[in-house]
Amino acid sequence: MINKYKWYEYILIYAGIALFIAFMLAPFLEAFLVSMRPISEIFTIPYAFVTDNMSFDAYFDMWRNVPRLHVYIMNSFFIATAVTIIALVCVIPAAWGFARFEFKGRDAILGAFLAINMVGGTVLIITLYKLMQKLGFLNTYWAMIIPGAAFSIPTGIWLMRSYLMKIPKSLEEAAWADGASRLYILRRIILPIAMPGIIVVAIATFIGAYAQQFLFALTFNSQDSLNPLPVGIYQFFGRQEIIWNELMAASLVGILPVLIIYIFLQRYIVAGLTAGAVKE
Amino acid sequence: MNALDGKANYFPYLLLLPALALTLFIVAWPLAETFRLSFTNSSLNPVEEYVGFKNYIKIFGGKFPAVIVRTFYWMFISVSLKMLVGVAGAMLLNCAVPGRNLFRVLIMPPWIVPIAIGVFIWSWMYNGQFGMISGIGQWLGIFAGPFEFLAFRNSSFYATIVTDVWVGTPLVTIYLLAAMQSVPGDLHEAAWTDGASRFYRFRRITLPLIMPAVATMGLLSAIWTFNSFDIIWILTEGGPRGSTTTMIIDTYKTAIARNRYGEGSARAVMIVTFLSSFAAFYFYMLTRFAKRAMNHGEPTS
Repeated sequence: MINKYKWYEYILIYAGIALFIAFMLAPFLEAFLVSMRPISEIFTIPYAFVTDNMSFDAYFDMWRNVPRLHVYIMNSFFIATAVTIIALVCVIPAAWGFARFEFKGRDAILGAFLAINMVGGTVLIITLYKLMQKLGFLNTYWAMIIPGAAFSIPTGIWLMRSYLMKIPKSLEEAAWADGASRLYILRRIILPIAMPGIIVVAIATFIGAYAQQFLFALTFNSQDSLNPLPVGIYQFFGRQEIIWNELMAASLVGILPVLIIYIFLQRYIVAGLTAGAVKE
Repeated sequence: MNALDGKANYFPYLLLLPALALTLFIVAWPLAETFRLSFTNSSLNPVEEYVGFKNYIKIFGGKFPAVIVRTFYWMFISVSLKMLVGVAGAMLLNCAVPGRNLFRVLIMPPWIVPIAIGVFIWSWMYNGQFGMISGIGQWLGIFAGPFEFLAFRNSSFYATIVTDVWVGTPLVTIYLLAAMQSVPGDLHEAAWTDGASRFYRFRRITLPLIMPAVATMGLLSAIWTFNSFDIIWILTEGGPRGSTTTMIIDTYKTAIARNRYGEGSARAVMIVTFLSSFAAFYFYMLTRFAKRAMNHGEPTS
């Protein structure tokens, strides 16, 4: 058989995969181990994977020492959800337009959207800052939501468009022949048929929005009660005494929701997130 | 022409309206404004004046050329490592061994979790006294004593690269894996019947066919790496002594930390210039691959 490996090939393949996965997961293991150690054991020399008195105490104490932890987590969820909703409102009609209609400048506009993916928000931070200031959005949720949504539109359009292009046109054409309006078609035909695709786009956008909550929050927001989790935790880093075990516990708790979503929906998420890497 | 098109040709534009409006507002206008500001002395002072090319002359007379070189060097090493690890990883995960579906799931977390939080964990790992890497290094005898990775110029430079590779590799791997899986199985079968070894088949069948995907991903990865902000900012804020200050970090420090919007914008314009040339090259490459595929009927990626 073509896919039959010899015993030493099996060993090499598994050793390679093990090394690869170890690189990818070692930080999570380390974070977990640190979160289990009492603070006195964290600073022990020499380094040991397992130390005395390991417990889940940090997971209880962190709520007291990082008093706004639950607020940060809620903020992260709120911001990611709002980004997803705004992005979907923009993405669904635009993707339908790109997938089904021919109009002047279509390819150029689509190309321009893709180019946005490459510029990214960081390089525009100065004028975005001034814009947010002018609009009075600084230190509000809007400053974290609106730019986040704008930068997640291109990937969303690309993903949604390729999904819509796979749906046969005949239903839409039949409805059109029967005299249905375009908006009626969008609402009553496209939305229900494309629902699986819309859900994939929504999940991918949510995960992306949850993952990228550092720059805009760091720059546009100085009101702690509005901070998303990454910036909320980041503030603790400059301090004299960092409570590492609790920060690691808090980080893992912040990671957990996306990891759970990922484990259940990994097939769709991978499809969604790789759509950013365009192939034509 | 589509039956839905009818007479009302403005309708598709109506569909694009929300997306276009938000994009013009948050991307296009700030981009144009960045160009304008780069010719001003904009700062916290409410009065701004046009100063011509003064900002550009100033940054090129200073440390900025060194920052540009460092950025390219940083990007080059990081992207090369991502592609190298990505190709090797995709090759391994493409092997028909038991458990491969699980392995594919296990490599993704660095890319799924919030980048900043992943980097927090790395900043602990790099700790010399108590972190895992220095600990294992000492145990293996690589370091004589505790090694503080983020305290020295060279080690912090490479430490930020390793973390960047960690964040970026899953996407590269999964993209290249998809490309490898689209290589027609009968090509391998035919070569195998002719007695071609596995290595020969990889070199002469798989590799040439995934080359467009490698090139595409490499360029995209370069563009994203060029802009990498969170990782460096959280680990070192560009230090120690500027050793990890890339163009984007320098821009952020100048504009946001020191409120010199004009000078910062001139730096941002330089970044946009580089990014546009990468992007232009990327689109050129895509059309070339598409044309070649049309001529030869090859799969593109």
